[in-house]
Amino acid sequence: MTTVSQSLFRQALLAPDRAAPDGLRDSDGHPAGARFDVYRNNVVVSLVEALHAGFPVLAKLLGKENMDGMARMFVRVHPPSSSLMMFYGEALPDFIASLPQLSHLGYLPDIARLELALRHAYHAADASPVASESLASLSPEDLLATRLTFAPSVRLVRSPWPIYDIWRYNTRAGAPKPTPTAQDVLVTRAEFDPLPALLPPGGHAWVQALLQDHSIGKALDFAQQDAADFDMTGPLTLLLTGNAITSLKDKD
Amino acid sequence: MSNTAKTLAVAGAVAAALAATTNTASAQAKEKCYGVALAGQNDCAAGPGTTCAGTSTVDYQGNAWTLVDAGTCEDMDLPAMADGTPREGSLEALTRDLPA
Amino acid sequence: MLDASFKAGSLPAGAGVGYKPQHFTDITQAPGPVKWLEIHAENYMGDGGRPLAQLRALAERFPISVHGVGLSIGGEAPLDTDHLGRLKHLLGWLDPASFSEHLAWSTHGAEFLNDLLPLPYTNTTLARVAAHIDQVQTTLGRRMLLENPSSYLAFAESTWSEPEFLAELARRTGCGLLLDVNNVFISATNLKTTPQDYIDAFALTEVGEIHVGGHDEDTDEYGAPLLIDSHGKPVVDPVWALLDHTLTCAGPLPVLVEWDNDVPDWPVLRDEAARAAAALSRVAA
Repeated sequence: MTTVSQSLFRQALLAPDRAAPDGLRDSDGHPAGARFDVYRNNVVVSLVEALHAGFPVLAKLLGKENMDGMARMFVRVHPPSSSLMMFYGEALPDFIASLPQLSHLGYLPDIARLELALRHAYHAADASPVASESLASLSPEDLLATRLTFAPSVRLVRSPWPIYDIWRYNTRAGAPKPTPTAQDVLVTRAEFDPLPALLPPGGHAWVQALLQDHSIGKALDFAQQDAADFDMTGPLTLLLTGNAITSLKDKD
Repeated sequence: MSNTAKTLAVAGAVAAALAATTNTASAQAKEKCYGVALAGQNDCAAGPGTTCAGTSTVDYQGNAWTLVDAGTCEDMDLPAMADGTPREGSLEALTRDLPA
Repeated sequence: MLDASFKAGSLPAGAGVGYKPQHFTDITQAPGPVKWLEIHAENYMGDGGRPLAQLRALAERFPISVHGVGLSIGGEAPLDTDHLGRLKHLLGWLDPASFSEHLAWSTHGAEFLNDLLPLPYTNTTLARVAAHIDQVQTTLGRRMLLENPSSYLAFAESTWSEPEFLAELARRTGCGLLLDVNNVFISATNLKTTPQDYIDAFALTEVGEIHVGGHDEDTDEYGAPLLIDSHGKPVVDPVWALLDHTLTCAGPLPVLVEWDNDVPDWPVLRDEAARAAAALSRVAA
């Protein structure tokens, strides 16, 4: 009797041009044929739909037909490595960057990275924000030496493309068309909804230095190397309104 | 920037940010609402979930795929750099596109 | 095998629905006939945010059934102990009324294939699945329910019928069974057997929960009917009739309406739950 191993089953599953494994039958003894195709279809279609759900802006940018075509290729090369479908698609940005069909749309990988950042922020652990009075009560000298602890939902995405404007154009009615410029995005989750925000020049370096446990003063030095006239008011407001800061740490 | 100037800049920025935050917070005066996504958002950040169902949408074909015209990519004019080089994430490349 | 300290299921013998986040407000404000909810375990294995906040709120109002889709109990490979650990964590803080999984496999090597794939019913697979169930029940410290699959094809190598295979698993491991009546109807149609015969051969005393759901109709290359378990439509009348037959034989049990694709607005799903509740009221003691 033919034994159908799961390896054999799996090989045929993602190879539509192969015959169904021998030993799979309908009730009249015919080889499985269309009945095996049900499983092929379930696997590929469910994973393609998962990518549509996980990357809605990418799907809108490409249009359904292109997204389907790209996703069908991706799911065969990179099936999920975990049953936590909420995180599926980690390898998609690099995969898109490798496709000659999409090489003229250089911003797509970073849009996928932004959507991954939003998704990870959505599912990140909850955190309680620091009371703003604790910042207000520090002397100017202590402020310079203070380091910050961040909510697990905070994410940074850096891009040479206008990713914030592209995201907004495809998610907000009436948003202006993107123009060629580099944009860095801060993702925060004030409560349950992740929100991307555009960082000014130097803002990425400032937030990244703080995430790496540098003091506010040291982070300012990094930011001013990027943008001499950097003002931390805007980025700090984004962090506070996004409930991104969870505690203040004194100097060592 | 001198240390004094830096101290003043940071203190001023923190005061301004706290003022902006207080205004925002009172304007929102929000209740805890885990049932509904933020107004204007459709909660697609949740991403895909699992299913224990199959599908009758038949679409499991192979790898051949050619890009066709579709989607909002076509609305936007965002070419690669004029010199033909891809835009890199380096600081030089970033500043090239920023307003002077 | 189970020991006496293991937690058994405690779902009410009423109508439940598969929970979808878009129904959160409706369910909390106007549940109608819905007495309990079922969630997919894997969708609540993130670290925080809205999914877990919603689940905490729902668990204060409803008994919850945790239904796993990713454990791959029928897999040839050892169970993924990381996944089992995540499951233990979820069941630990939620303390749900029931936990169930599928007689199927979905993981191969490092890949998760996101479908419930079939296995042959042989002595070899029986021993392997029984060992996996033992491991799950021991790790979780509770009795689990195992669900019958939808079949689209048969394995020539199978030597057990599906009801006998499931009954033997229950006997060896002490696990309970989840009887999906829609799956019975789909499998019987696809493999040209009689659904009532399947129910009559089933170990009904071990059943802790029943599923009903919608399916799609197709045909294979020989023109034979091929039903697809799509959970995307109302339950068809023959499946409601099969539910009546099952409840008449088994007595009242928790009955879940599954709707996973093309999920309708709440009133449509609520009305399906009302039909399940009506079926239950006809057999109530």
